[in-house]
Amino acid sequence: MSEQRVHFYQVGSFAVGNRLLSADDRTVQSSPHRTNSIDSGHRACQGCGEALGARYALDAAMRATNGQLLAVNATGCLEVFSTPYPETSWRIPWLHSLFGNAPAVATGVAAAMRVKGRSDVRVVGQAGDGGTVDIGFGTLSGMFERNDDVLFICYDNEGYMNTGVQRSAATPPAARTATTDVVGAEPGNVFGQGKDLPRIAMAHDIPYVATATVADLHDLEQKVERAMSFRGARYLHVFVPCPLGWGSASNETIHLARLAKETGLFPVFEAEYGVVTNVSPIRRPAPVEEYLKLQRRYAHLFGPKGRPDIVARLQGIADANIARYGLLPERDELDSREDD
Amino acid sequence: MLRQLEGSKAIAETVALCRPEVVCAYPISPQTHIIEAIGVKVKEGSLAPCEYINVESEFAAMSVSIGASAAGARAYTATASQGLLFMIEAVYNAAGLGLPIVMTLANRAIGAPINIWNDHSDAMAVRDSGWIQLFAETNQEAADLHVQAFRLAEELSVPVMVCMDGFILTHAVEGVDLMDQATVDRFLPTYEPRQVLDPDDPVSIGAMVGPEAFEEVRYLAHLRQLDALDYIPVIAEEFAALTGRASGGLIHPYRTEDADTVVVALGSVLGTIKDAVDRLRDGGQRVGVLGIASFRPFPIAAVRDALARAHRVIVVEKAFSLGMGGVLATDVSMATLGSSAVLNTVVAGLGGRPIAQHSIETMIEQAIRGELADLTFLDLDEGVIARERARMARTRRSGPFAENVLRDISQTREDRS
Amino acid sequence: MFQVRIHGRGGQGVVTAAELLSVAAFNEGRHAQAFPSFGSERTGAPVVSYCRLDDREIRTREPVMAPDAVIVQDVTLIHQVDLFGGLVEGGYVLINTSRTFEELGLDDLGDRFQSERLMTCPATELAIEHVGRALPNAALLGAFAALTRQVPLDAIGVAIRDRFHGAVGERNFAAATAAFDHVTREMEAATRASTT
Repeated sequence: MSEQRVHFYQVGSFAVGNRLLSADDRTVQSSPHRTNSIDSGHRACQGCGEALGARYALDAAMRATNGQLLAVNATGCLEVFSTPYPETSWRIPWLHSLFGNAPAVATGVAAAMRVKGRSDVRVVGQAGDGGTVDIGFGTLSGMFERNDDVLFICYDNEGYMNTGVQRSAATPPAARTATTDVVGAEPGNVFGQGKDLPRIAMAHDIPYVATATVADLHDLEQKVERAMSFRGARYLHVFVPCPLGWGSASNETIHLARLAKETGLFPVFEAEYGVVTNVSPIRRPAPVEEYLKLQRRYAHLFGPKGRPDIVARLQGIADANIARYGLLPERDELDSREDD
Repeated sequence: MLRQLEGSKAIAETVALCRPEVVCAYPISPQTHIIEAIGVKVKEGSLAPCEYINVESEFAAMSVSIGASAAGARAYTATASQGLLFMIEAVYNAAGLGLPIVMTLANRAIGAPINIWNDHSDAMAVRDSGWIQLFAETNQEAADLHVQAFRLAEELSVPVMVCMDGFILTHAVEGVDLMDQATVDRFLPTYEPRQVLDPDDPVSIGAMVGPEAFEEVRYLAHLRQLDALDYIPVIAEEFAALTGRASGGLIHPYRTEDADTVVVALGSVLGTIKDAVDRLRDGGQRVGVLGIASFRPFPIAAVRDALARAHRVIVVEKAFSLGMGGVLATDVSMATLGSSAVLNTVVAGLGGRPIAQHSIETMIEQAIRGELADLTFLDLDEGVIARERARMARTRRSGPFAENVLRDISQTREDRS
Repeated sequence: MFQVRIHGRGGQGVVTAAELLSVAAFNEGRHAQAFPSFGSERTGAPVVSYCRLDDREIRTREPVMAPDAVIVQDVTLIHQVDLFGGLVEGGYVLINTSRTFEELGLDDLGDRFQSERLMTCPATELAIEHVGRALPNAALLGAFAALTRQVPLDAIGVAIRDRFHGAVGERNFAAATAAFDHVTREMEAATRASTT
């Protein structure tokens, strides 16, 4: 197979094109030897962040395990758009059982590998945010607590998109969903609720927890690779914009993922054994408006009848994240980091 | 080796001989002693290789079993009652995927009202799940059925549930002839899955199936159950040749050859009914018993043959369908369709209510005299019911009815003493 | 068939006693079925267990409603629980106490049952002496063997040693033996008293 040209465009975003890197530093995705774990031809929407995230993550996991990978999937968009036989997109062994049990099924697969002495075969469990933070939360916590040898990846698009955009515990405040409509005094989703699953995962003291977005391919792939260097329970929370559910343009998926990070709304970090070890700093700070305005789910916050008060509260959430994780280091500190 | 031991212990010993590779443990009475005893074996190393996983719920127990089985491991778990209901989505899923998991169901009532004692409501709640459901009459049969269950499950790629009466069997200490490892190994070959997660030969398992194929996929699952009707007697015979014991099979007839009246039942109550039948036989009554060993698949032809000469069929069951009546009786009625036999349903032993031999005898005699209602609740306290119905008629806010009944019963007892 | 009902409180080894009795009978080649009164009893709550002994297969699963013998492990249950309900005519009563039936307010039992089959045994005292713990069940099994002759003392010993290994088993069997001897002496004394 000849070298396939992968195009990366200069977007003024600190992203580094593969062509500027040495061959060893290039992404898995740019390699002609990538496994295409989830192959083309699936039925995801145009601009689907989850399809992108899964493709990056699983190909990286395949490379990290030398192709010895088994995947378990919860019910949800990823499962539905990838499977209807005979058009399965999965080129790796793949098992779907139920919505709420993917972590436990993954535990079972890992146990089978252990009992058969196949320590070379690794297991990835994956689900959307509903399958992770809501209905699968109990089994996920159990898997964490037992420290089962599973990398669990949550593709977080902040709602139940497969069933028609309903609120999950990962839906941000003020966002419009089908079950949090933009009516009444508090339009959209309520404030003060929701689960911060990466922090809950850290509270289990598992070997590795990380967050990532589909805007930074290198970072996502490296975190998968890092996760695969540990034994035990690992958790990767990937931010994946959903054009359908968010009411965003399908060509804005990467841009939105980047803005979520740059506004501080989605902190990108790594933690080992319950302690944060690495934070991806904000490179070009942006106010939350810049992110919110690109999405129809927040349209009620803007315009003549807009709600600057609510926007301010959302900015407050971003600011709290920035403070909590130190996302805006002093300029000189940043410079010294860049020198490393 | 014949040993005097608790039923749960006999199951644990036997399951261990079946070399399970992944065992999920979650406590719920009355199955807990089984998984506790297996846990000891894994921890001390006498059962190896085996992964013993303390899960966080029954839903996880069945889900871990699904993952393990799909990855090619022999998987086992045990549950009861609420636990079975909590895992019910995964129970259906395991059968739908065709994964040969074996599970012990220590039969127990389902709440509310909460009740830890024996009946068959739990097993009946999953009768349409696609699992094979085998019922044990004694602890010996329960132990033997587990060995047969792994063989059956793996041969047909269908999960098998071994149902044994909670407490009545699980906690009873009686003689059980435990098999030895060599005999079990001869009967139960290594698990060769039809489908498995394998990096060298990737398959997708659990894809979405639309209207174009769903009916065919479900029909194939039904055919596997029908295959089991042929296969269950075969392995029971093979098992009998190996051990000399008539455990398993589809049905267990007792003194039915010339019986005018046949009592049909599931599980351990068959022993009490046999004693009752022997007494009635001594008194000249021509009665017999038909035990259903395989409830799913339901052996409709075998039951029809066994009941062909009976004028009266009494189905005694420890469960019922509210608003309808007997569950087992409905199945039996399909077997007696077109026959002139009278069919009575007797609901007994709910929530651990003791089923006394004399009550069975009285009930059979009533039936023979034609005095038994089509649907009878054995030893039902009509007075308590009438008084609670009256309270409900009298007052809108009559209160929680289970608690009212309890108060009424204790009050009645005090008044008597 | 010989049916036994054992009354006690949670934590006193009531269920174990029925099991050990069944194992003893089993070791003698008999059929035996032991089972507890199924419940979620906590420590100190009244508990009942049952044991059936027979020379042929035991099929019934009904609770023991007409026992041939009742063993009472805890005298505080007297007048609290229906201890002797269903006891057959000619049935045995064995009570763990150092007091007499009269002192326990059970004089009327002598009217209803054969007095030579009513027996007390200071099983708790014997257990403290031999085992070092107030667990009367092993001693009561020794007493039961002497009173009913349903199982030999040796078979009780095998069952006890099978359940409790090493010194604990030996001490429990010593308590059972002491109780056996106590009851045997009592019965001999009663026989002498009735013949003289």
